[in-house]
Amino acid sequence: MSAVLTPVRGSQAVYRLNPVAKLAASAIISVALVLSIDWVSASVALAAEAILFLWAGLGVKRFFLRTLVVWIAAPLSAVTILLYGRPSGATYVQFFLVEISDGSIELAAATMLRVLAIALPAVVLFATVDPTDLADGLAQVAKLPSRFVLGALAGLRLVGLFMDDWRYLELARRARGVADTGRLRRFAGQAFALLVLSIRRGSTLATAMEARGFGAHTERTWARPSRLTAGDAVLIVLACAVAASAVTISVVTGHWNFIGAQ
Amino acid sequence: MAPPVAASLPVAIDIRGWGWRHAGRSTWAIRDLDLTIHPGERVLLLGPSGAGKSTILRALAGVLGGDDDGDSTGEIRVGGVAPNAARGCAGLVLQDPDAGVILARVGDDVAFGCENIGVPRDEIWHRVTSALDAVGLAVPLAAPTSALSGGQKQRLALAGVLAMQPGLLLLDEPTANLDPGGVVEVRDAVSAVLESTGATFIVIEHRVDVWKDLVDRVIVLAPDGGILADGSPEEILVTHAAALSESGVWVPGFAPERHSRTARTDNATLLAAHELAVERVRGTIVQSGISVDVRAGRTLCVTGPNGVGKSTLGLTLAGLIAPAGGRLTATELSRGIDPRPIRWTSRELLTRIGTVFQSPEHQFLAGTVRDELSIGPNALGLSDLERTARVDELLTRLRLDHLAMANPFTLSGGEMRRLSVATALATRPRVLVLDEPTFGQDARTWRELVSLLGELTTDGSAIVAMTHDSDFVATLADSELRLAASSESIGPTVVAR
Repeated sequence: MSAVLTPVRGSQAVYRLNPVAKLAASAIISVALVLSIDWVSASVALAAEAILFLWAGLGVKRFFLRTLVVWIAAPLSAVTILLYGRPSGATYVQFFLVEISDGSIELAAATMLRVLAIALPAVVLFATVDPTDLADGLAQVAKLPSRFVLGALAGLRLVGLFMDDWRYLELARRARGVADTGRLRRFAGQAFALLVLSIRRGSTLATAMEARGFGAHTERTWARPSRLTAGDAVLIVLACAVAASAVTISVVTGHWNFIGAQ
Repeated sequence: MAPPVAASLPVAIDIRGWGWRHAGRSTWAIRDLDLTIHPGERVLLLGPSGAGKSTILRALAGVLGGDDDGDSTGEIRVGGVAPNAARGCAGLVLQDPDAGVILARVGDDVAFGCENIGVPRDEIWHRVTSALDAVGLAVPLAAPTSALSGGQKQRLALAGVLAMQPGLLLLDEPTANLDPGGVVEVRDAVSAVLESTGATFIVIEHRVDVWKDLVDRVIVLAPDGGILADGSPEEILVTHAAALSESGVWVPGFAPERHSRTARTDNATLLAAHELAVERVRGTIVQSGISVDVRAGRTLCVTGPNGVGKSTLGLTLAGLIAPAGGRLTATELSRGIDPRPIRWTSRELLTRIGTVFQSPEHQFLAGTVRDELSIGPNALGLSDLERTARVDELLTRLRLDHLAMANPFTLSGGEMRRLSVATALATRPRVLVLDEPTFGQDARTWRELVSLLGELTTDGSAIVAMTHDSDFVATLADSELRLAASSESIGPTVVAR
């Protein structure tokens, strides 16, 4: 599978944290930051996160490789807001629907910082999450139904096989003499073929799982215990601190701009 | 010797007037079956494809499903109770090594079954390590399952059911997709396990040779349901040899005849590889330094263990993926177009190089067998008359005429294989590249394929086959290209046969 999907492994403290705690931490920061659109709260959160990333368990190169998508998406969303965002204050450029004004510039900056402040910790925290550990956590700590969680986990393994399938489907179309024209139609046909293959693989997987007693009437046990530790508490406290300081400083400096207030 | 896994007691099987019909089908997959198997018996289950062998195994494992999945009559008892209630008491290993892998890490995968049946945590890890020992899979518990070879994956699946300590071990063609090394690995692991647990054992397998010394009873199902023969291996395999062979079972002592061919004077080089390097993922070269000629009227077999790069080489020779290094030229075939096959259009490829993929599902495009065969001729722009003639001829020749209107995805394994070969032949390519054409095929399909490919070379086509099948190589190959793992110091070698 591609380098973006496989978990990073290491021995630092962050690797021992419970994936559910990581999930909660990034949720806390997201919720606090989506409540307002202003540049102060996002900047404070981002600054605090930048320090915490030192303990994220990723080297500099890995950090930027993993978060590359975020660094591309953030400026793009800012440009969109800059050109089409709600205008206010002095206007600098106006052309058809495009209007760049003081208001849209401020909104664009706030949006970019916000995307970074929400997405970076989420991506960084999840880079070190192993899917199996996440499933263990979701079932044992978050108490989600085990059938659902384990089904999803086992299905995830098929993603790698689907990538191989797609490639073979593509090569096979070249071999069958139909790959010269009609790219769009061929794509649709190939997507359908992949769907058929994936249903087949899925039902075989279900049989294999049932053959190992999956769905038996007995109470399931867990080979790998998943529980919250002091380290997980520290992570949650840190996330709350980041969220609280971002909101407080923004409110105190008068920049807080509650999303439903306008 | 590995420490024995303390097993639950071997169970008895009692089947009374049992039948099963898959939901949506009008015919019964199996009907009125009466069968008793005593605790600890080791049974080889034989019969033509479609006789319901796999259905019986799934029923015994309790994974056939409920009322939504089909209708049943009569009753099945495993250790005195219904199989659904006794899940975990029977362990089932399936044919496709990839299908048996459930989780990402070896230890977790083996533990999965124990978790499901509620084994306490400490006990689970004891069972996991002793099950891995018992099947001889010496890899770390944290090793990724995706990196295992086919034989290792099957031993992993075996360890997974073994850790559940089943009183009944069920294997559905566990070695059909493995290279010869993998077959022996799995057979020996099963043998060691049965030795230590004494579990009741049922295996389905076309290749009788692999298992005949391990079993003490052979049951042959009749094509129309019921039991054709039941007895000791020696007795059944001798007295019913002819009927078994006809229904596709590889009867021991089967010696394929070498395909005889008329000496040809025209053995033009159709494809020439010079210091060829091949890659599947850009930048990861799997084989290099391959120099070999593909000649008209000749068969080249490419051999080597699972994962060595045979398929990748095949796809490269077939003009489907670009060489990573070296040269691949087809001067004789190109006739005015670029001599490098990868530069040809999809249509230009059709009459020059045909490819038969390892799994036929990847190459089917149409809703019926007839349409499937027409795709190539249509792409060439042949007249209706010519197209119909070619399609009809192939339908008859490959015994697919009664299936002309069937959906290709509903065919049996052997029928799919014949159809996939037929689709390639419909455009009459000068070179035919086949990836594992005999994988998982029964003896009858095997004979048909071999004689068809033999005829093609006699007619002047060139054949390239990636294969594990030593009988296939012995019967057809004019030369053999042996690939070794890149970690070994021997490079690719060409051997004349």
